[in-house]
Amino acid sequence: MPTADGRRDGADGPRPVNGRHSALTLTVNGTPHALTLDHRTTVLDLLREHLGLTGTKKGCDHGQCGACTVLVDGRRANSCLLLAVAHDGRRITTVEGLADADRLHPLQEAFLERDALQCGYCTPGQICSAVGVLAEAADGFPSHVTPDTAPSGAPVALTADEIRERMSGNLCRCGAYPRIVEAVADAAAAGAGVGGR
Amino acid sequence: MSHPPEEAPFPPGPPPHPLGDPLVRREGREKVTGTARYAAEHTPDGCAYAWPVPATVVRGRITELDTGAALALPGVIAVLTHENAPRLAPTGDPTLALLQEDRVPHRGWYVALAVADTLEAARDAAEAVQVSYATEPHDVTLTADHPRLYVPAEVFGGPGARERGDFDAAFAAAPATVDVTYTVPPLHNHPMEPHAATALWTHGHLTVHDSSQGATRVREDLAALFKLGQDQITVHSEHVGGGFGSKGTPRPQVVLAAMAARHTGRPVKLALPRRHLPAVVGHRAPTLHRVRLGAGPDGVITALAHEIVTHTSTVAEFVEQAAMPARIMYTSPHSRTVHRLAALDVPTPSWMRAPGEAPGMYALESAVDELAVVLDLDPIDLRIRNEPGTEPDTGRPFSSRHLVDCLRAGAARFGWSSRDPRPAVRRQGDLLLGTGVAAATYPVQISATDAEAHAAADGTFRVRVNATDIGTGARTVLAQIAAAALGAPADRVRVEIGSSDLPPAVLAGGSTGTASWGWAVHKACTVLLARLREHRGPLPAEGVTVTEDTRRETEQPSPYSRHAFGAVFAEVQVDTRTGEVRARRLLGQYAAGHILNPRTARSQFVGGMVMGLGMALTEDSALDPVYGDFTARDLAAYHVPACADVPAIEAHWLDEEDPHLNPMGSKGIGEIGIVGTPAAIGNAVWHATGVRLRDLPLTPDRILTARAAPLT
Amino acid sequence: MRPFGYLRVDSVDEAVRAAAGQPGAQFLAGGTNLVDLMKLGVEAPRTLIDVSRLPLDRVEELPDGGLRIGATVRNADLAAAPVVRDRYPVLSQALLAGASGQLRNTATTGGNLLQRTRCGYFQDTAKPCNKREPGSGCPAVDGAHRDLAVLGHSAHCVATQPSDMAVALAALDATVHLHGPEGERTVPATDFHRLPGDSPERDTEIRLGELLTAVELPPPRAGARSRYRKVRDRASFAFALVSVAAVLAVRDGVVVHAALAFGGLAHRPWRARTAEAALHGAPATEEHFARAAAAELAAAAPLRDNGFKVPLAQSLAVGVLTELADRADRAGRADNG
Repeated sequence: MPTADGRRDGADGPRPVNGRHSALTLTVNGTPHALTLDHRTTVLDLLREHLGLTGTKKGCDHGQCGACTVLVDGRRANSCLLLAVAHDGRRITTVEGLADADRLHPLQEAFLERDALQCGYCTPGQICSAVGVLAEAADGFPSHVTPDTAPSGAPVALTADEIRERMSGNLCRCGAYPRIVEAVADAAAAGAGVGGR
Repeated sequence: MSHPPEEAPFPPGPPPHPLGDPLVRREGREKVTGTARYAAEHTPDGCAYAWPVPATVVRGRITELDTGAALALPGVIAVLTHENAPRLAPTGDPTLALLQEDRVPHRGWYVALAVADTLEAARDAAEAVQVSYATEPHDVTLTADHPRLYVPAEVFGGPGARERGDFDAAFAAAPATVDVTYTVPPLHNHPMEPHAATALWTHGHLTVHDSSQGATRVREDLAALFKLGQDQITVHSEHVGGGFGSKGTPRPQVVLAAMAARHTGRPVKLALPRRHLPAVVGHRAPTLHRVRLGAGPDGVITALAHEIVTHTSTVAEFVEQAAMPARIMYTSPHSRTVHRLAALDVPTPSWMRAPGEAPGMYALESAVDELAVVLDLDPIDLRIRNEPGTEPDTGRPFSSRHLVDCLRAGAARFGWSSRDPRPAVRRQGDLLLGTGVAAATYPVQISATDAEAHAAADGTFRVRVNATDIGTGARTVLAQIAAAALGAPADRVRVEIGSSDLPPAVLAGGSTGTASWGWAVHKACTVLLARLREHRGPLPAEGVTVTEDTRRETEQPSPYSRHAFGAVFAEVQVDTRTGEVRARRLLGQYAAGHILNPRTARSQFVGGMVMGLGMALTEDSALDPVYGDFTARDLAAYHVPACADVPAIEAHWLDEEDPHLNPMGSKGIGEIGIVGTPAAIGNAVWHATGVRLRDLPLTPDRILTARAAPLT
Repeated sequence: MRPFGYLRVDSVDEAVRAAAGQPGAQFLAGGTNLVDLMKLGVEAPRTLIDVSRLPLDRVEELPDGGLRIGATVRNADLAAAPVVRDRYPVLSQALLAGASGQLRNTATTGGNLLQRTRCGYFQDTAKPCNKREPGSGCPAVDGAHRDLAVLGHSAHCVATQPSDMAVALAALDATVHLHGPEGERTVPATDFHRLPGDSPERDTEIRLGELLTAVELPPPRAGARSRYRKVRDRASFAFALVSVAAVLAVRDGVVVHAALAFGGLAHRPWRARTAEAALHGAPATEEHFARAAAAELAAAAPLRDNGFKVPLAQSLAVGVLTELADRADRAGRADNG
């Protein structure tokens, strides 16, 4: 069963600077950033254009491809559809925040080992999404292909079909899907989803 | 018939180590950690942002442009239009004559460009630009009998129409015939990285980061457009997020970014919005196919006609050369292959993975399957009976052709021999199951390239060539080629690619990259090695550098017909209740020379097959007759396959010996995967249901409608 | 995208007061559809009132056995809630058939119900659309309408309502709770979405300034089973061509309760009252299911290119009802054996 979402509300919310900009704080990969932003700025554009974190990709800018996937308070989301001002106080994790210094995250290792990428543009989103998938399955979130008979709230075993369905929000035009499924399965088998958050 | 030289130019045998080793792609770590930078991920100091304005009429002229409201918005620097944009010199590519005149040749053509301090302001300003038009009647609808159809004189080196023997008489006399039509809709490349460029002028020198399949060509075109010397331009394409043909030539983003940077005096970044791409970066033109096959009772094809109808734009002629594969595939003493096209008021089509072969082989390989049904022959057997000894069109010998071996080896792996040929007899609840096969082919082409090889005093090597890695693993395989030529470990070879400051190279397209770049690298390294062997004593501090090119080697057309071949097998399920088709298994068996890196090669084969699956089942677009644009412009409406659509896919290859290719003995592998897969899936759908569908994609509506109709 | 003001509110009252005081204000929750439409220029709020942190993120069991779902409960959380999976499987299934894992983590219950049509003309501000710009016309009637309505449409609009969740809520007889300047009111989920008629600019019965605060479900029908099934152009991450939500209770081979709703057919989830009436008291057989579905779909008036939706809806409904009846039959035999 998914537990309380652990959101940490920004105490009083963003502080308006004028009618179009507000001051706010966002924690990105563990580092708090005090920012004054145009209300129109998405989390994606904040990362790419303001913070220089270009690992998060813009593929469609409309929530249709998943290249911009990040973790918000540990859960995966399309950063192109998130207004930064509405995420004051949230913790954002991007692909740049997954490795532990020089030690790659098990999913990054698995993607490399399986050659689960070609052009690499969807890859950060795939990996962040997969981090979310492992956690969601461990936390008992069902998917479209989870059998009705599976006990509610119990961890879901990540079969190939489960991985395919859960990773379907991340398009890959190079067609690396079969390798991506293998890579996520490898990481799941190695226990990467447990206690990973 | 020309006679090939007696001596093969390249020695036989397996390529030397580390060619053939499954090395991990060199930039993989940067890609999985997010540090690999793409074209829009460079932000020079003072960088401004641009947002383009597409035309909202199909055909006409701009009568009034009001940029006042846009310029009044906070943070807006400029709005470029044909009235104030820098003048460009004409080039051979009229799609790059941007903001030069008031004419609108198709909906979505760019008519203005807003530039602002921030991305948000640029987008807002673009929306605020007011454009008035005088519209003219338009026509975007392709029909098989369109009055403006013509036969192009030349289609990529071959005649637009070709006749051999007397097709009409042979077809009339054939005891077994197939006369069928197929359609393939317009398709969109949609690489995951939208076309983007960052441009910067410094003291008259233009530097751009461009999302391109070939920075050499981009530099050439920019030089021509802006009347600059090649040495005044640097184009970087270090990491490229896919292209599939749509980044093969310079696209509007790089020209517009350079214009805006010159106009504003600021660096400018421009990433094209996803919804704009179908109109401005090319598309696979729709094709209407008529295929006629006539055969004797023995199954040998005596008459073969493949006639296709397609569109181009009024801006430039581009022909989807879909009748070309029929000239090389099967025995056909009497043959007619014709391309007809009409220049409509549509966006300009261009290359999309396996242009010509992908739709052409869908139609041809579906028709061959239909002929097998007419003759009551196994479709593999039928293909084997029609295996030509020499290329049917020219009589040239094949440098190597292992289609039959692919069909046999693939059949064994797939379990084809136990297949019951009867259609519509395998049911699991609501599902009908079926299997299908199709052949695949893609030509071998090689282009001249320059490369530099350098031996450093410390014993390491450096190879420089303006190759582009669009996801193929070019850095890795070029290091392997260099290491093999030098007899050095691959980790002692550094590879520099992706910049026009490097020795010029052909683009990453047409499955030519590895062979073309690799040959030049091999040659430079071979010469370098000889130089080192002559050298006595320690190397000088600056090392030893040699630069070579392959102009001489590539200028003469080969006396051989050179193609990769393959066989694709598919198992599908068709839900009789919902019309949903899903691929259960795909298996490709290829013969493409020596495979230089099995790890990255497998990814390319499988990736091509995934795109073929999309072409077969999910990808659909059309032109809106009234509004003149594509009906599916974004990734919600245009369904590229998602992870859940794609089953386990196997790709296998024969280690094919072909001494008539290049020093590595390799054929291109970037495109053949998409060829054949749509027909294999379509043939499997027939086997599952007993219904022959001839219009892609095979979406639920088409399946249900066809199954409700009388069997055909 | 036009510039806009931003205001985060902490209570429903504050949200409603803020909206009443600011013309051009819109509520922002997950934003997965609103931000998308703002980028397209289809929506241009002057102020966004951020309701995403209101204390409306709970799924609560009600004393009568029903369920109250807060408007800001995320789609993923609602689909995973054991009480939903165990007692209202059709709702969990509908949610999981929609969008992607990322979007379901962000999108809320209220936002899901209020999402706008994906008609291509509606999404393109350079083209006419009566829903976006009343009186400008409906190009979809003669244009690209393969994915659009076959039931309940008008000459003014042939759009479809895109939510999967809403189809399940219609079949479950849910109630939508609204809070506005004039207080609270409730609207049955089946009436919440409108038919387009001559005012397609109004998707739902929500009034200007009203905030959707909750959805309530009545207690599950005793002995009923439910199922959602969706047909789409790709295996995942696509909108429905046609979908069906069904709740069926069978006793001794006879239908004692049937609720059936279609998605992808109309401007609102299409509750199949005609079919339900035909089913009630009828034998739970495929033949009767087919007859009932046909009675419902007799009213269909497909457009040039979407006629396939009618037989598809027919066969899908029959398939789902038959599956539910078989399960009831098996369970009944197990109970007796």
